[in-house]
Amino acid sequence: MKLSKLIDALKATKVNVVDKDFEVTKGYCGDFLSFVMGKAPSGCAWFTVMTNINVCAVATLAEVGVIVVCEGAKSTPELVDKAKAQDVNLIETKYDIFEAVKRYIAAEA
Amino acid sequence: MENLHFEYEVAGNNFSQAGMASDAVKSTLKKMGIASEDIRRVAIAMYEGEINMVIHGGGGVAVIDIFFDHIEIKLIDHGKGIENIELAMTPGYSTAEDEIRALGFGAGMGLPNMKKYADVLEIESEVGVGTTVYIRVDFH
Repeated sequence: MKLSKLIDALKATKVNVVDKDFEVTKGYCGDFLSFVMGKAPSGCAWFTVMTNINVCAVATLAEVGVIVVCEGAKSTPELVDKAKAQDVNLIETKYDIFEAVKRYIAAEA
Repeated sequence: MENLHFEYEVAGNNFSQAGMASDAVKSTLKKMGIASEDIRRVAIAMYEGEINMVIHGGGGVAVIDIFFDHIEIKLIDHGKGIENIELAMTPGYSTAEDEIRALGFGAGMGLPNMKKYADVLEIESEVGVGTTVYIRVDFH
């Protein structure tokens, strides 16, 4: 599904959207960064509640397609700056991770 | 062909700078046209090691040698050392403090991830003296 469609499904705020036509094909949920690096598939939507600067570093290294900050959490200014500098897609949604994933799956169907 | 040699300082306990060395290596490999799956393995293995230096090692030095068919990464710190390497390699085992875990680190998956992505992983450590991690990743 295109990133723009995911943004609509999650009623998400576009904190940094580099490519709204980016094709999101997979997802990963989790907050421990090593799990993300060990398991998140390349190009995925990563659903998390973590908002510190290291989130961007991990997303870049693991080649995450879009960071989805859930639960209405706000990205720290350092994270926003880094995402802009490194061209990483970053969006925020008020939904919790479970609800966000349900909406992702519903939008994909 | 001669190898490329780089050295990077890694600052201890500085989480906003953490990952800069791994990032630099990643960019270099990209410019060299190394396959993206290989770059991903290098970047993750090195980042995990770099983070360990930041959290546990009080910082240190990353020494990088890039050859045409593989990369060698040596991460050297003079921190507190690892008491039991076998235990440290166990998935889920962590000695990280709560504030480190609050940042999303300390899942106890750092060394297991390094092992997963490296073709060769060697760890030498002495308590109170420091740790040297050697990572080799072959390009496919």
